[in-house]
Amino acid sequence: MSDLERSIADLKERIEEFQALPPSQDQQAELRGMRQTLEQLRRRVDTNQQKPLDAWERTLLARHDQRPYTLDMINLIFRNFSEIHGDRRYRDDPAMICGFAMFDGKPIVVVGQQKGRNMKQRIFRNYGMPKPEGYRKAIRVMKLGDKFGLPILTLIDTPGAYPGIGAEERGQAEAIAYNLREMAKLSVPVIITVLGEGGSGGALGIGVGDRVLMLENATYSVITPESCSAILWKDQLHAREAANGLRLSAQDLLDLQLIDEIVMEPCGGAHTNHQETANILADRLRFHLAELEKTSPQERTNLRYEKFRRMGAY
Amino acid sequence: MTWFRKEKGIQNPTPSEERRVKTEGLFLKCEGCKAIVWKKDLETNLQVCPKCGHHYRISARQRLQWLLDNGCYEELDADMRSSDPLHFVDTKSYRDRLAVTEQQTGEKEAVIHVRGRLGEMPIVVAAMEYSFIGGSMGSVVGEKITRAIETARAQRWPLVIIAASGGARMMEGALSLMQMAKISASLAFLDQSAVPYISVLTDPTTGGVTASFAMLGDLNIAEPKALIGFAGPRVIEQTIRQKLPQGFQRAEFLLEHGMLDAVVPRKEMRDYLIQALKFLRVRTG
Ligand SMILES: [Zn+2]
Repeated sequence: MSDLERSIADLKERIEEFQALPPSQDQQAELRGMRQTLEQLRRRVDTNQQKPLDAWERTLLARHDQRPYTLDMINLIFRNFSEIHGDRRYRDDPAMICGFAMFDGKPIVVVGQQKGRNMKQRIFRNYGMPKPEGYRKAIRVMKLGDKFGLPILTLIDTPGAYPGIGAEERGQAEAIAYNLREMAKLSVPVIITVLGEGGSGGALGIGVGDRVLMLENATYSVITPESCSAILWKDQLHAREAANGLRLSAQDLLDLQLIDEIVMEPCGGAHTNHQETANILADRLRFHLAELEKTSPQERTNLRYEKFRRMGAY
Repeated sequence: MTWFRKEKGIQNPTPSEERRVKTEGLFLKCEGCKAIVWKKDLETNLQVCPKCGHHYRISARQRLQWLLDNGCYEELDADMRSSDPLHFVDTKSYRDRLAVTEQQTGEKEAVIHVRGRLGEMPIVVAAMEYSFIGGSMGSVVGEKITRAIETARAQRWPLVIIAASGGARMMEGALSLMQMAKISASLAFLDQSAVPYISVLTDPTTGGVTASFAMLGDLNIAEPKALIGFAGPRVIEQTIRQKLPQGFQRAEFLLEHGMLDAVVPRKEMRDYLIQALKFLRVRTG
């Protein structure tokens, strides 16, 4: 099965899922958008063009439901993963996974958003959209790692932070803001990897580190192409144009000097071979961790700041 | 999630054409209490309705003029403009949007950062301009605010940032997003050097601005009824498919939920800040 075929199968499934929801105007508009995309993808198969994937196709691939998720990578890369729950303030957020693990025989802390693979899991994981308690758990565990000198590895895969009444009441914005500031202070090595979807502030909330890596077909964006289309074009039909305009692919982010490295995926994409994806990523994490351990904590936090300080074009 | 949304369809029903012509320029119907208010009364009252206390949105320059001693300030990086790094085009090009906005507002970007004096104390202030593409944060806003923070840290002068923004600017993609990290990392150093930072949130402050510097003050204070949130109300309504409660995401709501230190009316803002900075003193030596 080619990537394109998989994207089509994925999209079909999403449309089916979507149709099962209670109907509304927005939903109808979104459905129309998805059907149009499906049509475009089918036409691509028909004409059998083998162009490189555009940003929209990569967006679909980054959301592919067979893509390796955070827990898949944790289980394939690390040993003795031991999960830590709760923010000690309100509750545990299953959309954010935190814990200790062994990497190459050395203890580390791992943090990442978790999506679900079937309907039940998706609801349990809230589609990988953390609430404030998720971000607060994440920084609590990262600070624990900092205290005991454990390197921190974060894995990003989220459509965004959850937009809901409770999340607002409990300070979604404050939770993310606090993480951005506090992650800048961590004295241990911090390596960020964008596995799939890097959905704006909800992704960045665990995204400040010494190295930022992105899988080849992952995306990192200020807004989803669908929402961007809805706001700027006032409809859902320009998601593809928005995706391309937003420059959200790994290559774009590298060109804009916002990430440090693209982690290649196995032939056919990460979803075709989790083990190989894990092997490639483990290798890169190993390399960067060794590099970072050569520098002093003081120097590391200074370099981390300088790296983010340079971001922007004016 | 949406960080910048054009406001539409929330204007009050406009009075009949005839009536509008008669009153144009002199009176307006208050957005808060629907009473007819003399514009001159609004002007002398810091653009706050004398009848109901509704706070009208005001420009960044107006704010700085009212806030700082003798209305005096020295603006920094006044000529910094966006370079349209992504060559972004939607229904019109970002480049054109910038040019038109500059013409309409007289501003070159959505933030002004200055040095001035407040109650005789030297101070650094950054004030956001909501009428400039919804006060959205792109590379220039990120850079200017970071410089304001760095100035405050280097000089050991207190910092006040007045937020008014729909969030990160879509037309600069992930470059805008990363300004959140850049500014917050810079605030980490300010935090460690114990130079005071007061965040003033005004109507509206949402998205990536709230989720970075606006919520990171030593004190976070807001103007009455200001809309403050992470996600915009429309996005939340679409997600949860129900109407939002009255007063949701308003300053008073955030105060009640423990997210703000105080809600301060515009009239008292200057005195409040002077007073607060007497407690949050810059430590020397
Ligand atoms: Zn009024």
